[in-house]
Amino acid sequence: MICEEYILASTVEEALAALASLRGEGRLIAGGTDLMLQLQRGERSVRCLVDITRIPGIDEIKLEDSYIIIGAATTFAQIERSSLIRQRAPVLAEAASWVGSPQIRNVGTLAGNVVNAQPAADGSIALLTLDAEAEIANLTGRQWVPVASLFVSPGVSRVDASAEMITAFRFRAHGPRESSAFERQARRKALSLPIINVGVRVLLNAEGTHVRDVRICIGPVAPVPFRAQQAEAALRNRAIDEDAITEAVEAAVLESKPRSSLLRAGKEYRRELIRVLTRRALLRAIAAARG
Amino acid sequence: MAKTYPLKMNLNGKEVQVEVSASATLADVLREQLGLIGTKIGCEEGECGACTVLIDGQAVNSCIYPAMKAAGRRVLTIEGLAKNGELHPVQRAFIEHGAIQCGYCTPGMVLSAVALLGQNPHPTEDEIRRALAGNLCRCTGYIQIIEAIQDVAGRSQG
Repeated sequence: MICEEYILASTVEEALAALASLRGEGRLIAGGTDLMLQLQRGERSVRCLVDITRIPGIDEIKLEDSYIIIGAATTFAQIERSSLIRQRAPVLAEAASWVGSPQIRNVGTLAGNVVNAQPAADGSIALLTLDAEAEIANLTGRQWVPVASLFVSPGVSRVDASAEMITAFRFRAHGPRESSAFERQARRKALSLPIINVGVRVLLNAEGTHVRDVRICIGPVAPVPFRAQQAEAALRNRAIDEDAITEAVEAAVLESKPRSSLLRAGKEYRRELIRVLTRRALLRAIAAARG
Repeated sequence: MAKTYPLKMNLNGKEVQVEVSASATLADVLREQLGLIGTKIGCEEGECGACTVLIDGQAVNSCIYPAMKAAGRRVLTIEGLAKNGELHPVQRAFIEHGAIQCGYCTPGMVLSAVALLGQNPHPTEDEIRRALAGNLCRCTGYIQIIEAIQDVAGRSQG
C-alpha cells in the first residue's frame, strides 16, 4: 500500500490546506523518484499524497534582475537543458546532468533532492555552491532561507513535507569574471551514487589574475552537504598559481571527513578523489571565468 | 482500502478513462487493468528501465510513477508504436540488427530510443549511450542496440 488518497493540487495554498487537514498524515510528492521507493519499501507511510507538479508556474526557470529563480517542481532534465543555467550557473546544469538516468531526470525535481537531504545529492551540492536560497511556504506565509540551513542529518531536512513546501530556489546568476564547475566520480556514468562530488564557484578580479571569492562544496564527506571553508580561505584574494591551488586542494582534503563505505569506496581512495576532483573543478571554473 | 479516481489520459493515441487506485503505479494500471503487458517489470525501483514508457514524449520509469500523474498526459507504450500493422522504424532496426536477445529489456530500450530521436534526430554515439543509460540489458547486447539506433538516425538524414 503506497497511500489511500492522491490529490493533484492546483495552487500552493490548496496543497498547504490539504496537508493541514491531514494533520501530519499527508506528504507532498513532486517527482516521487525517491519517495515512491521509500513508500514501496515501507520505510515511510503516508495516508495521502499531495502532488504539487500541476501547480501553474512551479516548473519554470526565469531570470529576474540578477537572480535565477527555479520553481520547486522543475525537473533535472529541464535544468540540464536550460541555456540560462548552462551559461550563468554551469555547476547546477552539470550536476543535474549526473542525476540518475534520463528516466529519473525527466521526473525527479530539485526540491525533492533538497528535501531528501542526502549529503551526496548532486543538486544540493550545486545549490550550496551557488549560495542558493529556498522559498518555504507554510500556513504562516512564505520566506526565503539559505539552502545551507535546511540540512539536519542524512535523509533529514528542516522542511517538513507533511506541513510545508519549498516553492522555489533563487541564486545570483554568474556575472563577469565568475564561473563554476561540477566534478563527480562514480562506479558508472549513470544510476550510481557519487563516490565524491565537488562543486566550485570562483569570482576573479578584472584582470583574471586573482581570486576575489570562491565556494568549494563537497559530498558526501559529512552528515550534510559540506562547504570546505578552509579551502576557500586558502584561495580568497590570492594570486592564481600552482601554490595557491595546491594549498586549497590540500586544505579541502584535510577538512573533509570521508568514511570508508562498502557502497562507495575506502576513505583513502575517497580522499585522493577529493584532491583530484577539487583541482579539476577549480581549474575548469577559473578557465571559464577568464572567458 | 485506497480510494479510486477516474484517470483520463491519451493512451497510444486514444482517449481512455480508467478507475485507478490512489496507490497504483502507472505500470500497475497498464499491465493489470489495461492488459498492456509489453511494459515489463524488472527491478521495480527505477534502475533497470524495463518499465519505460513515454509521457508527453519523455521517457519515465512507470514502475515508480504514480498512475495519477498520467492524468491528461499523452502516454505511449510499446503497443502504440506500430502503425497500421507496420512496425516503427526503431522496432524494424532492432530486428534487422539482432538487437534483441531475450527481449525483456527491448520495449524499454525501443521507447528510450524513440524519445531520443524525437528530441535529437541525429544523435552521436555518446548521446545514444547517454539516452540508454537508464535501460539495462542483462544479455549485454548493447552494441547491436546502438547500431540499430544509429541506422535509424542515418536513414532519417535522407
